[in-house]
Amino acid sequence: MTDIATPEGRQGRIARFFDSDIVFSYRRSPIAILASIVALGLILAAVLAPWIAPYDPFNPRTLNLMDGFTKPMSSSFAGNYFLLGSDHQGRDVLSTILYGSRVSLLVGLSATLFAMTLGVGLGLVAGYRGGLLDTVIMRIADIQLSFPAILIALLIFGVARGLIPASQQENVVLWVLVLAIGLSNWAQFARTVRGATMVERQKDYVSAARIMGVPPFFILIKHILPNVIGPVLVIATIGLALAIIEEATLSYLGVGVPPTQPSLGTLIRIGQQFLFSGEWWILAFPAFTLILLALSVNLLGDWLRDALNPRLR
Amino acid sequence: MLAFILRRLGQSIVVMLVVAVVSFLMFRYVGDPIISMVGQEASIADQEALRDRLGLNDPFYVQFFRFITNALQGQFGISYRLQQPVTELILSRLPATIELALVSATMALAVGLVLGVFTALRPRSWSTGAIMSASLVGVSLPTFLIGIGLIYIFAVELKWLPSFGRGEVVNLGWWRTGFLTESGLRSIILPAITLSLFQMTLIMRLVRAEMLEVLRQDYIKFARARGLSKRAINFGHALKNTLVPVITITGLQLGSVIAFAIVTETVFQWPGVGSLFVNSVAVVDVPVMAAYLMFVAFIFVAINLIVDVLYYIVDPRLRVAGGR
Repeated sequence: MTDIATPEGRQGRIARFFDSDIVFSYRRSPIAILASIVALGLILAAVLAPWIAPYDPFNPRTLNLMDGFTKPMSSSFAGNYFLLGSDHQGRDVLSTILYGSRVSLLVGLSATLFAMTLGVGLGLVAGYRGGLLDTVIMRIADIQLSFPAILIALLIFGVARGLIPASQQENVVLWVLVLAIGLSNWAQFARTVRGATMVERQKDYVSAARIMGVPPFFILIKHILPNVIGPVLVIATIGLALAIIEEATLSYLGVGVPPTQPSLGTLIRIGQQFLFSGEWWILAFPAFTLILLALSVNLLGDWLRDALNPRLR
Repeated sequence: MLAFILRRLGQSIVVMLVVAVVSFLMFRYVGDPIISMVGQEASIADQEALRDRLGLNDPFYVQFFRFITNALQGQFGISYRLQQPVTELILSRLPATIELALVSATMALAVGLVLGVFTALRPRSWSTGAIMSASLVGVSLPTFLIGIGLIYIFAVELKWLPSFGRGEVVNLGWWRTGFLTESGLRSIILPAITLSLFQMTLIMRLVRAEMLEVLRQDYIKFARARGLSKRAINFGHALKNTLVPVITITGLQLGSVIAFAIVTETVFQWPGVGSLFVNSVAVVDVPVMAAYLMFVAFIFVAINLIVDVLYYIVDPRLRVAGGR
């Protein structure tokens, strides 16, 4: 391998990682530790939902209307116990939250990955090539950044729905949502990466690689990308929080995930109907989970930005 | 000066043209307008005849030109969902959104300015810390949850304010206003607070940062040395110089406020343009979507242009650079 391995080999690399500035700053920041524990806990719970959820909330056969509107920490008429209560259809709120955060996280993560790939790719090309291509890409990014992401996501979602035949929609609507949220968030990545690439392009190691005849694609991927990845990670983390909120907002507006696969936003939308009749738990617990998820990821992103910023060291 | 404005105008027209192309592509190629007009039963020959008559077989640029001409005359076709002219629909809903946006922008500006100045003048006080962290939490909460929270506190628990709708409205010509009735005024409070929170934190942080910057400048030190009163320095000298960027940002934000109103209007069932748009997206009502896109883009571009020009007039330094 080309990397300069320490004599101890792999052991040394792990040790070196634990000695790095990032880990040091992580251990010094109680907020970062708390936020990462909360975020990891929620992600783990979402991934393990089929195994740890007490009920299967989307299997109509196990649903019992006699279970409906059970208060938290009590048993229903039918004798089932609900830790966080049940909703109007007798679905266990805890289980719907577990499955709901699964959908929220799946959409949020996929959309962020998509936005990152697209934005970093276009940013690298725009910054490295310059010229007309650069102008066109960055103009589009400028125009897009001046509109709120939610508006763009709504438009893309609406257009995509219009283009896809109705029979297919149930299956692909989740991916349409990923596409819409991803396309509404790529510009931030592109702008940052383009700026960093323009700086890196001037440096000697890039000229050296170019003179050696390395094709531009490999220069971008192997040489420039590793040097511009730091800010990308920060934007990706904060972007994940934004994407989760965006998905929740779209689903809340009723244009997001299909009703058969409710996300946290859908659950909040459902819960709002029962706000006035006093069944607060149908709304409160999904809302609380969403806040916790968004806030912890956001705080992690904030910490990462400070930790990676050389000026603050 | 003229060259600057002309160039800005040129850029605005380019942006509008790009948006118009996107809007036209949506209008023309998303869904089949013929099917939505005659239904599935009409024979292929009938469909083709209608297609010919409506000019849908014309070359692309002819159709696009026709679309632009119609758009300039304010014609965007008929809503699939409501069977009414789109322009009429948007115009009838516009007053509600504009009133909401104005009230929330005023609130955000007033509260944001006061809090920003306060936190800048007392950087070490505990209340500054509290306000700053509260604003951080406020930014990371989704708008619709803030709205629901307000509904829960003020409408469900305290029963002080209505949770949906506009209350009674009064017709002033075609403009339906909610400002003249008590129920109308009470109805606008919660949505306006919800909509204003985001800009409020933005303005507050901006004012604070600018104030802290200005307070370090030499002319402030000099004013202190001259023995001017604290009040004259803080408000007469410092605040005045922070206002230019604040006004710019507030102006630019007005566009996003109209778009952000999509969420707020849905939470409070406010009968504005935003909720019209959401309902159209839900059933893929393409003419309304296309028209709304053009409409929002126009507002954005117009506000940007006005702010640019105002900036140029207010800040002499830009003029020295020769309208770069």
